[in-house]
Amino acid sequence: MKAPDFAYARPASLDEALALLAAHGEDAVPLAGGQSLVTTLNLRLSAPSVLVDLNAVPGLSGVTQEGDVVRIGAMTRHRDVGVAEIVRARLPLLAAAMPHIAHPAIRNRGTIGGSMALADPATEWPACCLALAATIVLRGPREERRVAAEDFFQGLYATALAPGEIVVAVEVPVPAPDAVWGFDELARRRGDYALAGLAATARRRGPGLTAVRLAFFGLADRPVLARRAAAALEAGDLKGAQVALADELDPPEDPGTRPETRLHLARVILGRVAGRMLEGGRHGA
Amino acid sequence: MSRDTMEAAGLTFLERPNSYIGRSVPRPNARRLLEGRGTYVDDVPAARLAHVAFLRSPHAHARILSIDTTAAKAMPGVVAVVTGAELATLCTPWVGVLGHFKGLRSAPQHALAVDRVAWVGEPFCAVVARSRAEAEDALGAIAVAFEPLPAVVDMETALDPATPAIHAELGDNLAFERLLDVGEVDAAFRDAAVVVEETFHFGRHTGVCLEPRAILADWAAADGLLTVHHSFQAPHMMQDILCKHLSLPEHAVRVICKDVGGSFGIKVHIYPDEMATCALALMLKRPVKFVADRLESFQSDIHARDHRVSARMAFSDSGDILALEIDDLTGIGPYSVYPRTSAVEANQVVNLTGGPYRHQAYRARARVVLQNKAPTCQYRAVGHPIATMVAEGLVDLGAARLGLDPFAIRERNVIPDDAYPCAGVSGIKLEQLSHQAALAKLKAMMDYDALRAEQAALRARGIHRGIGLAAFIEITNPSAAFYGVGGARISSQDGCTIRLDPQGGVVASVSVTEQGQGTEGIIAQVVATAVGVPIERVRVISGDTQATPYGGGTWASRGAGIGGEAAWQAGKALRANVVAVAGAILQLDPGRLDIRNGAVVDAATGTERMPLSELGRIVYFRPDTLPPGLQPEFVATRHYVPKDYPFAFTNGVQASYVEVDVETGFVRLLKHWCVEDCGTVLNPLLVDEQIRGGIVQGIGGALFEHCLYDAEGQLLNGSMASYLVPMAGEMPDIDVVHVVSATATSEIGAKGAGEAGTAGAPAAVVNAINDALRPLDARVARQPVTPDVVLEALGVI
Repeated sequence: MKAPDFAYARPASLDEALALLAAHGEDAVPLAGGQSLVTTLNLRLSAPSVLVDLNAVPGLSGVTQEGDVVRIGAMTRHRDVGVAEIVRARLPLLAAAMPHIAHPAIRNRGTIGGSMALADPATEWPACCLALAATIVLRGPREERRVAAEDFFQGLYATALAPGEIVVAVEVPVPAPDAVWGFDELARRRGDYALAGLAATARRRGPGLTAVRLAFFGLADRPVLARRAAAALEAGDLKGAQVALADELDPPEDPGTRPETRLHLARVILGRVAGRMLEGGRHGA
Repeated sequence: MSRDTMEAAGLTFLERPNSYIGRSVPRPNARRLLEGRGTYVDDVPAARLAHVAFLRSPHAHARILSIDTTAAKAMPGVVAVVTGAELATLCTPWVGVLGHFKGLRSAPQHALAVDRVAWVGEPFCAVVARSRAEAEDALGAIAVAFEPLPAVVDMETALDPATPAIHAELGDNLAFERLLDVGEVDAAFRDAAVVVEETFHFGRHTGVCLEPRAILADWAAADGLLTVHHSFQAPHMMQDILCKHLSLPEHAVRVICKDVGGSFGIKVHIYPDEMATCALALMLKRPVKFVADRLESFQSDIHARDHRVSARMAFSDSGDILALEIDDLTGIGPYSVYPRTSAVEANQVVNLTGGPYRHQAYRARARVVLQNKAPTCQYRAVGHPIATMVAEGLVDLGAARLGLDPFAIRERNVIPDDAYPCAGVSGIKLEQLSHQAALAKLKAMMDYDALRAEQAALRARGIHRGIGLAAFIEITNPSAAFYGVGGARISSQDGCTIRLDPQGGVVASVSVTEQGQGTEGIIAQVVATAVGVPIERVRVISGDTQATPYGGGTWASRGAGIGGEAAWQAGKALRANVVAVAGAILQLDPGRLDIRNGAVVDAATGTERMPLSELGRIVYFRPDTLPPGLQPEFVATRHYVPKDYPFAFTNGVQASYVEVDVETGFVRLLKHWCVEDCGTVLNPLLVDEQIRGGIVQGIGGALFEHCLYDAEGQLLNGSMASYLVPMAGEMPDIDVVHVVSATATSEIGAKGAGEAGTAGAPAAVVNAINDALRPLDARVARQPVTPDVVLEALGVI
């Protein structure tokens, strides 16, 4: 299929981009990496009249550390997030998750901000942001505001992003020295959307874990922070944590995989990820 | 020169000096395609080109009450909006039946559905516009009123009296039924020491081509010529069918199939949208192009498989197979596909199941039912993976019950290599197969005993690996028995014309076609060898009804075996012509001359007598100097069709080594082996890649690919994100070796190799999974084997 006709603007500043979005209202859509948006255009699932291309807007990409926070510009490509020196040193969870995002061509083009704004429930970055207690930085025509990842993802492709706002950055607190993390996902083929995925962080306490954050993806209409499972894990009760997932997750109806299978797989990867974290390692899949 | 004389002179096919046969010669078109210089249909330029997009049914079954095209016709760029009823004035409907499938029934099918749509994706209205985007814009402005009709979705209930007939005039939804009963089946089961049974499910899937279906039709009224550029496998068949349904004489239609980006059997059928595109070009008197997008490919390309086979096998206490009984049910969509019909896959299942084995009692029933899903038809290895899975699955069940090793039970039961020629239990005629040799070779190449030891050691550590075997036979080189005898105007003979040019270059035009598998490369090898010229001097022309001999094209693994033999015979004939002229000029006995490496030589010593360029100079530019009465013919044409056997059966055996994660139900493919026998191996590189590609497509069906429909007949996964094709990351290394039983029906001795991989791979993989699961008392019999299927078998979900 071919996309319906649309106008295309390539603003050279953030203010100009915001002005265009304000002027065109809901008819305008920001274009970041285009890896999901262009597909929906070609399938005629969406038909905006104006695409506001953010690729020429300066200052939106790159990874910097400011005190205890790593700031990742919204237009930073998936691949560049994962290979950034600061990310590899401070946020190894993101570095471990990056190779699971689709395929190299998509990782070279797609952006972390686009991934946040789309909020596909089966993708890696939103869950990682939940696990890392990240903050999403939004700019609107009048103000900049910060929304915790826990409040940002509100449903299937639904976020706290207001009309006319653009995701400009993701801010991630640098984990404490005793932090551990875990990541695993199960996909039918390398690069596919996860049937079940888990991004997890915790701090070591004696032989166990505390401050456990378990962010599951592909298992509900949004990434899910499984609080009861985390509490059970902190109490050393892995089995209880796995049981608790039945109430915390709501796996989608999907023609290829039963919800029961996804829930089961979530429990399996929880067991695997928890095991690796308990072994004390900062280990990924 | 007689064949005996030639053989005495060392000039048989395999013994030619400077032969390219058996060498991994790179195919001549590979570099061109790699450099992006291919000419696929979408690359063909045309002045005043218009684009067509189709309005397709959103319902599995519905009556069309009204179509209002007024607004669409007023949209920017729109050239025409044409309904089914309007197009039917130009293009007559067809019925996909064949005379040799007794009782096969279908209903008339139109290029654009008239009054009623019968599957989601069936085209019923066309918009022709300046661009595809404008055509799609206008599709949205067409107002259609439907009356939904009951949809027949589940093939298991399609024949229930309560299920309405999709085509009322047929009375019910049974399109075809075949019964076969050979030997004392009931007695064999009654007296058997062991009877095993299983119900196998084969998911509906499709062939995914890199280049989707595409066609560009251009009616030049002044020439009286409809030129059709088509991504297709059988140009002469398409020409014949266009003539018939557009009421044009044969000379008024030219079909060109230049580069084709994959086909796998998908592009050998008559598609409504493609016929409509040609009719629209006639109607509008300007070129019209249709390129299927991915969504419409999934909705409208033929699908395949979708079988349920209940089967049982009887064994003696020593492990002899005594009898086999199968009951196959398959759903083919609302129409039998034209002109090859949709009864062939079930018919192949009946013919092929248990084909490697020597049991003498066999009963089969196949029922082919209509349903409101995309039509199914012939896709790579038609019926083979089903037949192989059923028999090989039962053999493994029998081996487990009897405590026999899977190799041992197969070695015991295959038709012995010295028993040929003979007939298989279903009546198939077998010239020479090599099951015993293939099993022996496989066992050695995979180091079977060491692998079993590794499996046992890992099992003790909770790692569940499995080894699966699958012996198979493959139908190749079909004669007219496949389609011609049933009344289809599909040629089973093929031809090759070879011309020697003045500088010693050779141009060969062939009626077999190239879709990426290397047909042109094979033909170039054979021609270079037969004529005696360096392969660099050979150009091959294929895929043009106006420029090649008449023939069938490439399908059913026939390009090399049939087209190659035609090329060999034509090359021999040309060489004889050339040598005769050279003898006259040199005043030597032509019988003592040969052509080698582009020069006429003394056959006995190899001494050069005259380069072909000198001979060409004399013949083309100084014919006045030739001896009186000598008229050189530097063009030769030969045709070939297999006559001794209806088909050239091949055989082979595959093995798969897998690891099953019993917690997740995921299957990891560790290794795959294939031993196969396609007779003479013309080009090991191309044959091995055919085998590997076929295995990967077989694995696709076994583990990944599935066209999923809901209860209302809606296709649920019409995209590359949700329809999972096998990808490199999940594929195992695949080792391929050969046993060579050349067919004596041709001089080149080549049989087909295009479908062997797909025939055996699913059974090998599924048997390996079951081998891994056996200690856990679980087994799977439903393809694709997804995590759902494995976890259900394990009782986890």
